[in-house]
Amino acid sequence: MSLTLLNVIIAVVIAIAFAALNAAYLVWAERRGAARIQRRPGPNINGPFGLLQPPLDGIKLMAKQLIIPGGVDKILFIAAPVLAMFPAIMSFVTIPFSDTIVAQNMDVGVLMIFAFASMGGMSLLFAGWSSRNKYAMMSSIRAVSQAVAYEIPMLITTITVVMIAGSMNLTEIVQQQSASILHWNIFPLLGNSHNLLMPFSFLIFFICTLAETNRAPFDLGEAESELVAGFHTEYGSMGFGLFFMGEYANIVIGSCMTTILFLGGWSCPFGLFPGVWWFLLKLYLLIATFIWIRWTFPRTTIYGLLNLSWKILIPLSLFNLLFTAGLIKVF
Amino acid sequence: MVTYFSDIYNGLISLFIGMGVTFKEFFKPTVTVQYPYETLTMTDKYRGHVELIENDEGKPNCVVCGLCARACPSGCITLAGEKPEGAKKKALTKYVLDFTRCSLCGSCVESCNFNALEFSKEYNLASTRKEDFIFDLLQRLEERNK
Repeated sequence: MSLTLLNVIIAVVIAIAFAALNAAYLVWAERRGAARIQRRPGPNINGPFGLLQPPLDGIKLMAKQLIIPGGVDKILFIAAPVLAMFPAIMSFVTIPFSDTIVAQNMDVGVLMIFAFASMGGMSLLFAGWSSRNKYAMMSSIRAVSQAVAYEIPMLITTITVVMIAGSMNLTEIVQQQSASILHWNIFPLLGNSHNLLMPFSFLIFFICTLAETNRAPFDLGEAESELVAGFHTEYGSMGFGLFFMGEYANIVIGSCMTTILFLGGWSCPFGLFPGVWWFLLKLYLLIATFIWIRWTFPRTTIYGLLNLSWKILIPLSLFNLLFTAGLIKVF
Repeated sequence: MVTYFSDIYNGLISLFIGMGVTFKEFFKPTVTVQYPYETLTMTDKYRGHVELIENDEGKPNCVVCGLCARACPSGCITLAGEKPEGAKKKALTKYVLDFTRCSLCGSCVESCNFNALEFSKEYNLASTRKEDFIFDLLQRLEERNK
């Protein structure tokens, strides 16, 4: 596919539409799911099953005044919400939804996605720093220490997968897993790895995705009971809306990456009905698990959070990296 | 070293147990009553404001003895009656309950010897004006019978 300007614009528009639609309806799914778990009905007034709730919320947010409080660093204050949304949109460009549906397949797709993902932490830092609010400040300090702590085991686990695949091209990583369900990176028996520790790798990666996207039980950055709303305390209107959309877009990206790296992307488990829907099915199952986890566990403490990363996830993922390297050398 | 791994193992297992609990809750029916659209039937012992009990002919059981008005510690009840010509008993002509002062103590219901008063199951009471809480129970009885 040639990288003409038109192609790029179409890709970006589709990516924004996909991200926005997902953000809107994941909020709905989250509220309905939470309600089911707590045995409430959830939003059910606007439209059938409350399906009109997200667009109405969007209209409400857009109609509100965008207040910039006195004493803030204006440039950073405005840049932060944009920076929360933009990396997530950019990451969609290289994610292969199927062997043909990909905006721009890159040889360094994994690298690109993690490069953009690391910018997400910066947006939280900007937002907290520029708001001139002590709660926002505390929140951004937490968010950055969390982002640093969880990016390491996440990347180590990703390197394990990249070593097995021998490529950073996302399409190729999926194609190597597409032979059968036992070739998926999560199931170790067939395929390149024969690594019995891969299910744990998957767990580590999934936990890190939870933490990287600032989801409960790792949502220390926006702990309502301690920090008002965290880094977006001073944001209203669409500034808040962009943070919100960015958060949900990041969840989608994280689930996409988990699907591609461990669950065989768009490849079908038993050779049945191959197509993009397998990718979407795995993607939304993972997102449902995100929601399920959020409404199951209470928030951890900041020490518990950092201990989990530095004392458990990093040693285990390092051991797995060495173990996998050894296996690749042997077989 | 053993405690390190057993801690991780036990922690992980407990997480899955927790997720199992919420998974089961997810498929249970919702218990919320959507108030304006659905309502619960009130229990037998529920105490709303008092209401007159009618006899078979649709007239109040009340014989205008005035015991309820005397029993009321807050003086909420004002009643009046007259004896129609040829009748044996007095008939109620006016029964006004000032609900703004009523504390739902139930002394009036207890004091009534003629089974003429009961607690209603009314709880949808909201208004911005004080006058709306001064109920004419006789009028309410007639409206109920319409």
